[in-house]
Amino acid sequence: MASSIRALGAELAAAPAAERLSASDRFRRFARRNPTLLVGGVVMAIIAVTGVLAPAWWTGDPLAMRPVDRLQPPSRAHWFGSDNFGRDVYSRTLYGARVSLVVGASVALASLVIGTALGLVIGFYRRLDTVMMRVMDGLMAIPAILLALALMALMKGSVRNVIIALIIPEIPRVIRLVRASVLSLREHTMVEGARALGARTPRILVRYILPALTAPLIVQATYICASAILFEAYLSFLGAGTPPHIPSWGNIMAEGKAYVQLAFWIILFPGLFLALTVLAINLVGDGLRDLLDVR
Amino acid sequence: MMREIVRRLLATIPVMGVVAIAVFALLHVTPGDPAVIIAGDYATADDIARVRTKLGLDKPFLTQVGIWLGGIARGDLGASIYSGLPVTTLIKQRAEATISLTLLAMVISILIGVPVGVLAAWRRGSWIDRSVMIFAVSGFSMPTFWLGFVLVYVFAISAHWLPVQGFQSIERGLWPFLRHLILPAITLSLVYMALIARMTRASMLGVLSEDYVRTAFAKGLAPRRVLLRHALKNASLPVVTIIGIGFALLIGGAVVTESVFALPGLGRLTVDAIVRRDYPVIQGVILIVSGVYVAINLLVDVLYVVLDPRIKY
Repeated sequence: MASSIRALGAELAAAPAAERLSASDRFRRFARRNPTLLVGGVVMAIIAVTGVLAPAWWTGDPLAMRPVDRLQPPSRAHWFGSDNFGRDVYSRTLYGARVSLVVGASVALASLVIGTALGLVIGFYRRLDTVMMRVMDGLMAIPAILLALALMALMKGSVRNVIIALIIPEIPRVIRLVRASVLSLREHTMVEGARALGARTPRILVRYILPALTAPLIVQATYICASAILFEAYLSFLGAGTPPHIPSWGNIMAEGKAYVQLAFWIILFPGLFLALTVLAINLVGDGLRDLLDVR
Repeated sequence: MMREIVRRLLATIPVMGVVAIAVFALLHVTPGDPAVIIAGDYATADDIARVRTKLGLDKPFLTQVGIWLGGIARGDLGASIYSGLPVTTLIKQRAEATISLTLLAMVISILIGVPVGVLAAWRRGSWIDRSVMIFAVSGFSMPTFWLGFVLVYVFAISAHWLPVQGFQSIERGLWPFLRHLILPAITLSLVYMALIARMTRASMLGVLSEDYVRTAFAKGLAPRRVLLRHALKNASLPVVTIIGIGFALLIGGAVVTESVFALPGLGRLTVDAIVRRDYPVIQGVILIVSGVYVAINLLVDVLYVVLDPRIKY
C-alpha cells in the first residue's frame, strides 16, 4: 500500500515534466513499459499491411497453375517453393493473410456486439438471468471447435458461413463476461444515483454500465480475434471451412498434407505466418490487459 | 460433503439437457431444409424424401425433440445415414484412440506444466521465469496441426525415430502403442501445457507472498518442501480449475491432431461424418464429448471440496 502511494506521488510529481517530453522520449517510455504490446502491435501491423497490399510484394497470381513447376523447393523464382499444381506458395501465403484477417476481425467485432447487447439485457433483468445463464452453461459445455464443425456441416462452405460458425460459440462467452460485470456494477452508487435522478434502464445500461465495460471488452476482442484466426485454419484444414479455391492458410496446408514428405515447404510457410499472427494478436491482448489494468 | 456433491451432480442435468436440445436444434436453426442439405448436392427428390423420413424430419418439431431425448434416455443415439450402424457402436469403435491420446496428453501437460510454473514463480523475474512466460504465450498461439507436421518432419521423416502416423491398440503391447502415440500426444499437449504453466505460475505468485510461506522458509525448511507442501497445495485450486476448463481445448485439438496423424479416433469420425453430412453421427459425438467435458468439470468441483473443505456451493 505504502509503496503504491509513493509511486502515485512520484507519478504526480513527474506529471508536469511529462508534458514537456518530446514525442520520441514519450514513445521510448511507452515502449519500455509495454514491450509485449509494442512487439505484438508491430508484428500485427506488418502482417495486416502484408495482407492488404499482397499484390505489391512481388507476388504473382496465387491461383495460377503451372504443372511444369510443381513441387519446386524454395528458390529465387518461388521464394516459398511451389505446390502440387505448380502454384507459388509465397503468393498464396500472402493472399492467405487476407482471409485470416477478415475472419478474425469480423468474428471479434460481431460476437462482441451481439454478446454485449444480450449480456447487458440478461444481466439487468433478474427474471431472464437464471434461465438464460443455464442455457449459456449448456452452450459453453459444447467444445467450440465441435460446435463450429457441426454448423459448417449444415451450411455451405463460404467465408461468410465460417464467420457465422465461429461467432456462435463465442457469443455465450461474451455474454457471461458482460453479465458478470453488469451484476457487480448494478449495485454501484453511480447507478443508484442515476436512478434517483430518474434515468431509465436503457440509459443506465448505455451511459453508465457500457463505458465501464470498454476495457475488458477490448481485451476480450483481441483474444477472440486470435482464436477465430486459429479456428478458421482448423476448419479449413479439416475440409469444413473456407472453400478450397480460396487461398487461406488452412487450405494451403490441407493441400500440402499429402506432400509432407516431398514438399514440406507447402505446410511450413503458411503455418509459420499463422503462428506468428496468432502470437502477435495474443501479445497485443496481454499488453492491453496490463495497460488497461483489466482484472 | 456428500450433500454438496449430490447437489453439483443434479446441477449437471439441466446443462446436459440444454446440450442435447441445442445439438438437435442446430439442424433446424441453420438456413435451408435440413433434409436437402444432408442428402447432399447430387441428391434426387427420392434421396431427399428418404433422408427426411429416416431422420423423422417429417414429424412436428416437438415430437422430433421428444424422440431424440427419449432415445438418449435409452442409450440410443440413432443410426449413421452413411453406414446404417448405430452411432453408439461407431463411437465405441473409435473411443480407444481418442481416450489414449487425450489422457496421455493430459498426463504430459500436467507433469511438465505444473513444475515449470512452480519454478517460474519461485525464480520470478529470472531467465527461467522469462523463458517459461515466452513458452506459455507462444505455446498458446501455436496451431496444433502445424506443430504436428513439424514434429513429424523432424522426428519421423528426417530422423526415422518414430512412425509417421497410425495407431496401435494397447493390446498389441505397450511399446508399439506408445511409439505411435508419443508424437501426437506431445503435439496435443503443448497448448494445454502452456495454459497450465501460466496458471500455476500466477497462482503460486499469489501464494508465495503469504506470511506462512515466509515462516516456512524462515524456520529452515527445504525449498522443495515449502514449494510443494505449503505453497503448491494452497495454489492448486485455480490450477485444477484450468485443467478442467482447458479440457475443451484438448478435445478441440484432438480432432485436428487425429487428422494429422491418421489416428482412428472420434475426431476422424466427426470429420468423416462432416464430409458425408452424416448428421446423426456428428450430433452423437458432440453429445458424448460434451458429456465427458461436463463430467470432468464435475470431478473438478468435487476435487475442490476435497482440497479445500471450506468451500460450499
